[in-house]
Amino acid sequence: MAIVVERKRLNFWERLYLPQIISGLFITLKNIFKPRVTLEYPDQSPVLPVGYRGAPTLVKDSQGREKCVSCQLCEFVCPSKAIRVTPGEISQDSEHAHIEKAPKDFQINMLRCIFCGLCQEVCPEKAIVLQNEFSINGYSRDEFIRHKEDLYARGGVHPDKIMKWKKVKDNAELGGGH
Amino acid sequence: MDNIVHININGVDYEVVAGQNVLEACRSVGVEVPYFCYHPKLKIAGSCRMCLVYTGMPARDRATGELIKNEDGSQKIAWMPKPAIACGTNVAEGMHVITDSDAVKSCRQGVLEFLLLNHPLDCPICDKAGECKLQEYAHAYGHAESRFVENKNVKPKKVEVAGKIMLDAERCIQCSRCIRFCNEFIGRSIFGFTKRGSKTEIAVYPNADNNSNYLLNVVDGCPVGALTEKAFRFKMRTWFLKAVDSICAESSAGVNTRVWSREGIIYRITPRRNDAVNDMWIADSGRYVFERFKSENRLPRACLDSSPCDISYAINRCVEIMKLGKVAIVANAWQSLEEQYIIGELAKATGAKIYMASHIGEDDGKLVSADKTPNMRGAFVAGLISEYPKADLSELAEKVRSGEVGTILCLRENLLELGFDAKDFKTANIIYAGALKNTSSDIAKISIPLRGEFEKRGLWINRQWRVQKFEKAIEPLANTIDDLEFLSTVLRDISGASFTIPSVDEVRKVMSEKIVQLKDCAKVGSLGKQIDASAWSNIKFPEANAMHFDVK
Repeated sequence: MAIVVERKRLNFWERLYLPQIISGLFITLKNIFKPRVTLEYPDQSPVLPVGYRGAPTLVKDSQGREKCVSCQLCEFVCPSKAIRVTPGEISQDSEHAHIEKAPKDFQINMLRCIFCGLCQEVCPEKAIVLQNEFSINGYSRDEFIRHKEDLYARGGVHPDKIMKWKKVKDNAELGGGH
Repeated sequence: MDNIVHININGVDYEVVAGQNVLEACRSVGVEVPYFCYHPKLKIAGSCRMCLVYTGMPARDRATGELIKNEDGSQKIAWMPKPAIACGTNVAEGMHVITDSDAVKSCRQGVLEFLLLNHPLDCPICDKAGECKLQEYAHAYGHAESRFVENKNVKPKKVEVAGKIMLDAERCIQCSRCIRFCNEFIGRSIFGFTKRGSKTEIAVYPNADNNSNYLLNVVDGCPVGALTEKAFRFKMRTWFLKAVDSICAESSAGVNTRVWSREGIIYRITPRRNDAVNDMWIADSGRYVFERFKSENRLPRACLDSSPCDISYAINRCVEIMKLGKVAIVANAWQSLEEQYIIGELAKATGAKIYMASHIGEDDGKLVSADKTPNMRGAFVAGLISEYPKADLSELAEKVRSGEVGTILCLRENLLELGFDAKDFKTANIIYAGALKNTSSDIAKISIPLRGEFEKRGLWINRQWRVQKFEKAIEPLANTIDDLEFLSTVLRDISGASFTIPSVDEVRKVMSEKIVQLKDCAKVGSLGKQIDASAWSNIKFPEANAMHFDVK
């Protein structure tokens, strides 16, 4: 059912318009001398808060070891199915051979990613981190599908306090707990 | 009844089958008792202590043997002072079992804490993760935190066994299932324990032949990730895989399987329990039958005179050629029972004679039988043949040469390997229909791409005359036509009858009405159904005596 709204009749001053325009100009004049609240993006970039969820990236530890062991939990948890991991085996002659497993390829489709951060939350190795990149653009769909090398280049190094795989290796070299 | 005992589990009375152990009795009434080392098809080892429960019997007066009552008049129970392993305790009349008390829970927590002390906790890189008993039970019954601060024991990792298994001794929980499987089923020792205490390691005999065609069953049996399949290593996490019930196509043994796939790619095949056929085992060679259907082996599109064409056009040409008469049909025993039935109808409609070839190989007396086709007995039941076929089709080739046969509809078989020459393909019109390409599909007049076993569903009859069903595991390859649809279309167009193309279920229903032996086959369950084979008792089959199978 339609609702009829009663229109208030405008009085003389209101019909004149001028007082309203003048009071509006006063607000503009007042704000000219106030500190600026907007940002001249893209010439200026915003200060992002701690814990900002930008583009997901892969990171290495302080020794340059790729942290991802391709357990595919991020692929499993990803609600928009943006992640696709191709697992692979670390070659026997690598210094990280004791970790056994690393991704052969790691794809994140930035057209699908919704920046929810579940991949970071679920990662048992703290290998995938949502960083500050928020402006994601390109000329073709292929450019939005980021592969392993690209993700490591964007991710950089994240120091690891625990270094559990190094402990495993050191323990093996020492001959175990006995 | 004699074989029933009355037991009480957690205060609830049940009637269970006598002679079984407490663990199976609990499972049969839906009470879960966790276990690692127990395996229904292996001997009891009692080594993991995970299935500890409290048991008790009705108290009796020692002098008179009379039952002792409590003060309130109820039966007094004489509880065992310590918990007992449920897998090693048999049920007895009047037995009381407790599986959910605080004491039992703390037993389980303690066992899990010991098992996890030296476990590497490398689930992210372990192929067993997702179907690992230790992982499941640690979540369900364990402590959330570890109190262990010392360094863990170091044991051999990444040890290759017989070229197909990767052994990681650190993950092993010493359940001894692999040792028992090799000793009891394979019949010789392959795995064994070395060292003692927390340093106990699972190991294989050095410099020995540790291979067996059944070795990979220890991978399925291993409750943790100590033994993993090399071919499946790091291929896919188990939680992505969808499992579908199927039947092994390797031989007429008809091993019940599960086919695990993701997005149309099959990653592995594992056995499925069927106590009447394969228990819980499968031959290693049967795990890789899906590799037959790799895309490079497939017939990719319909061809007419070796040039690609539309499938419907190829089928129309096929019908036109078959209408000329002098037709013979070469059927095969990979086709499902439903398809074989339609082949029979097609033969009646065209007056064609049906030829088949046998595929005989070695019989290992276990789960690989001599007949390398899964459904030879189906061809008898469907009425395609009345005696066991020969190994080649030279009889048919002679008829082609003498002009007696002018058109052959050949399903799957490679005629060039069965007594035909390339010039016979000029003399007769040869129509090839099958999922796989071969030398004769290249030179056939018409070739029609059909679907593989994993892309369709149907029934097969194994060497025990057991009707078993297999389900569709993956989506079919593009540009192929379902076998049943192809055969029914040809049948419809040749006979001139008008009927809609039947589904598998509809054919099954018709078969069950027309063929006496298949009376209830429309309702075959996941474990199959034995049929009456007395009508074919005089036929000599090549299979030897084997597990659950005796040559009559």
